[in-house]
Amino acid sequence: MNEKNVELIESAFKEYYFNRFDLIHVPQRATEREFGYQKFNSGMIRHLVIKNDKDLHLLLMKEIPSDVYCSNAYYTFPNLPMSEKDWKGADLIFDIDAKDLALPCRKDHTFFKCSSCNNSITELQSQCPKCSSTKFDTVSVSCKNCISESKKEVTKLVDILISDLNVKKEQIEIYFSGNEGFHIRVINNDYEQLGSQERADLVDYIMFNGAIPESFGIKRQNNTKALLPTLDEKGWRGRIAKSLFPSKSKTPKITKEIISNGYSAFQIQLEEIKKTMGVKIDPKVTMDIHRIFRLEGSINSKSGLSKIQCTDLNSFDPFLEACLLGDDEVKIMSDCPLQIRLKNKKFGPYKSEIVCLPKYAAVYMLCKGLGNAI
Amino acid sequence: MLKIGIKDLVKYPFLAEAGEYLGNTGLSLEQLGHPDWKPIVEKAYGRIVVASSGQIYSTDLESLDNDSELLSFLVAIILLKSAGISTLIRRFSLAEARRAERYLQQELLVSREQKNLELPLKIIRDLFAVNVSLDNDEFVIKVPDYLHRAVHFHEKEWKLVNRRVSNGLVYLTAHETVRLIRAELGEYINGKIQSINIVSIPEGFKQRVDDLVLLAKKFSDTTYVSSEYPPCVKHGIEVLEKGENLPHSGRFLLATYLLSKGQTVDQIAPLFKNAPDYNERTTKYQLEHISGASGSGTKYQCPSCEKLRSESLCFAIPDCNGIINPIQFGKKRKNQ
Repeated sequence: MNEKNVELIESAFKEYYFNRFDLIHVPQRATEREFGYQKFNSGMIRHLVIKNDKDLHLLLMKEIPSDVYCSNAYYTFPNLPMSEKDWKGADLIFDIDAKDLALPCRKDHTFFKCSSCNNSITELQSQCPKCSSTKFDTVSVSCKNCISESKKEVTKLVDILISDLNVKKEQIEIYFSGNEGFHIRVINNDYEQLGSQERADLVDYIMFNGAIPESFGIKRQNNTKALLPTLDEKGWRGRIAKSLFPSKSKTPKITKEIISNGYSAFQIQLEEIKKTMGVKIDPKVTMDIHRIFRLEGSINSKSGLSKIQCTDLNSFDPFLEACLLGDDEVKIMSDCPLQIRLKNKKFGPYKSEIVCLPKYAAVYMLCKGLGNAI
Repeated sequence: MLKIGIKDLVKYPFLAEAGEYLGNTGLSLEQLGHPDWKPIVEKAYGRIVVASSGQIYSTDLESLDNDSELLSFLVAIILLKSAGISTLIRRFSLAEARRAERYLQQELLVSREQKNLELPLKIIRDLFAVNVSLDNDEFVIKVPDYLHRAVHFHEKEWKLVNRRVSNGLVYLTAHETVRLIRAELGEYINGKIQSINIVSIPEGFKQRVDDLVLLAKKFSDTTYVSSEYPPCVKHGIEVLEKGENLPHSGRFLLATYLLSKGQTVDQIAPLFKNAPDYNERTTKYQLEHISGASGSGTKYQCPSCEKLRSESLCFAIPDCNGIINPIQFGKKRKNQ
């Protein structure tokens, strides 16, 4: 990123970090966690210990990081190299990202920027019409549908956590990730000790990966209705029953069909159910027990929006509530082929023009690579 | 408080209560060396021989001489410890674990009334810190306790998604409950034997200790060597050659690796002959299952280096650099 852009973004971030100490706190058991941060145009600095809010605020003011991270793991010595940290446990974490949901709206708000001349095009082409380069970066901007579909995944996840895994509602923290999805953290002692492999199996459970027909009452032969799941069952069997038998009156007919269609057909049916009922979480994030995860309250440099906790998921509007940078106006050169909506205001499209924008919108454009400071 | 009787101790002689019981009889190790006690030493030796051949030592629980049954276990571990051959200790531990597993399963099955379940559930709780309880005639265990153990099994039915789960609990049959802790039971007995400290043994034991050293030689015959194998596969073959127990994940590695290298089930099966729990039919069935020739038809793939690392089955050498699966081992090396 060029120096002028960094200067503008850093001044906006500094202002936020200075004014909004109320939103930025170290998580519980902070002294046992590893912290890390990044600055624009430089690498990751990690293995840090930040004992309390005061030390965190000091670091933010001094370094003005582009991104701040904190481990989900607890260590005896969080500041030592990984092999000497002495892992004690880790919160369960989940990442739900709109880009992983294969949503049809993605193509309407995703475009491609030429890596060499920065020219934006809405349809992917083999080469840039301006400079003939063949390398493009994918840029996606705010979309309400993406957020509402991501929320549905969060709701599915929370249901499984509570009813299947006995996690209490108050142990689940839901955050807007600061870009295009949600982060969920579970603080529950029972699950803290799970290793990576165990978490991988838990991921498969939540995503409904690897289910076999036998577990839902269909064997290769001699099937009877006795073993099929019923509506009053809990866990995945109950969920599958609800999906297979939408009403009680149709149940006998559907049961007959399932049994006569046989094993392979049922296997395909389970695969289909997985697509709609399995929760689309990022498996890598949940399996990683040494990850440093974006710190709540900090700004996501991919967008300039903050990672903040959602107290009421249904009504939560990230493009209003997580858009927390200042609104004094700045001039930038913007090249943004799509319209963007932030704080209930519309911006763009702009075609390589100098525009005067509130700081939060200007920073959003710069972070997304849709403009340059002048 | 739960009263553990002598019959229970005969079934589960590795319990701390067994030591206390023998302590109360006032019998010393010196006394056991007296010729009068020779039948016990013979019984103990027989117990080890049976275990080392992969069989499960069976006890007549109706016999009146429960004390000598219990003593034979104790003497067996003294003999084993004196011989100091870890292969034999492992085989014995596994066989004793499988023996106890049978009793545990029977007890869980025979009656689910609280009175009868108290002992098996106590053993599971005390030894493995796992709480198993009953919910409407079914056994339940907490999800994290389940995951810690079930991830070592490769069969799909052990995946959490294929279990009944509700309110943080996994539902299991008696057989599944016991199967889940088998490996730990073996480890527990093994650890118990390893931790025993013996200063000297009675003269009467010495001949049988020498016999054990001879017996162990049988398991160290080399049967299979190839320098082309990656170190993890070599390690697995070595463990089997020594007649030691290779964990399920290690056997799975060997089977999938060799199958992927074009070996047939019939060529691979003899490799497992030395395993303490070897059974020709079961081995072939399992190999056929893994190869995709039977069962669901799925051909299982060789586990990744990452998975092997997490299972402590990776013994990487510089030649392993740049590969992510053992099957790439040879190929990568040739290209370099």
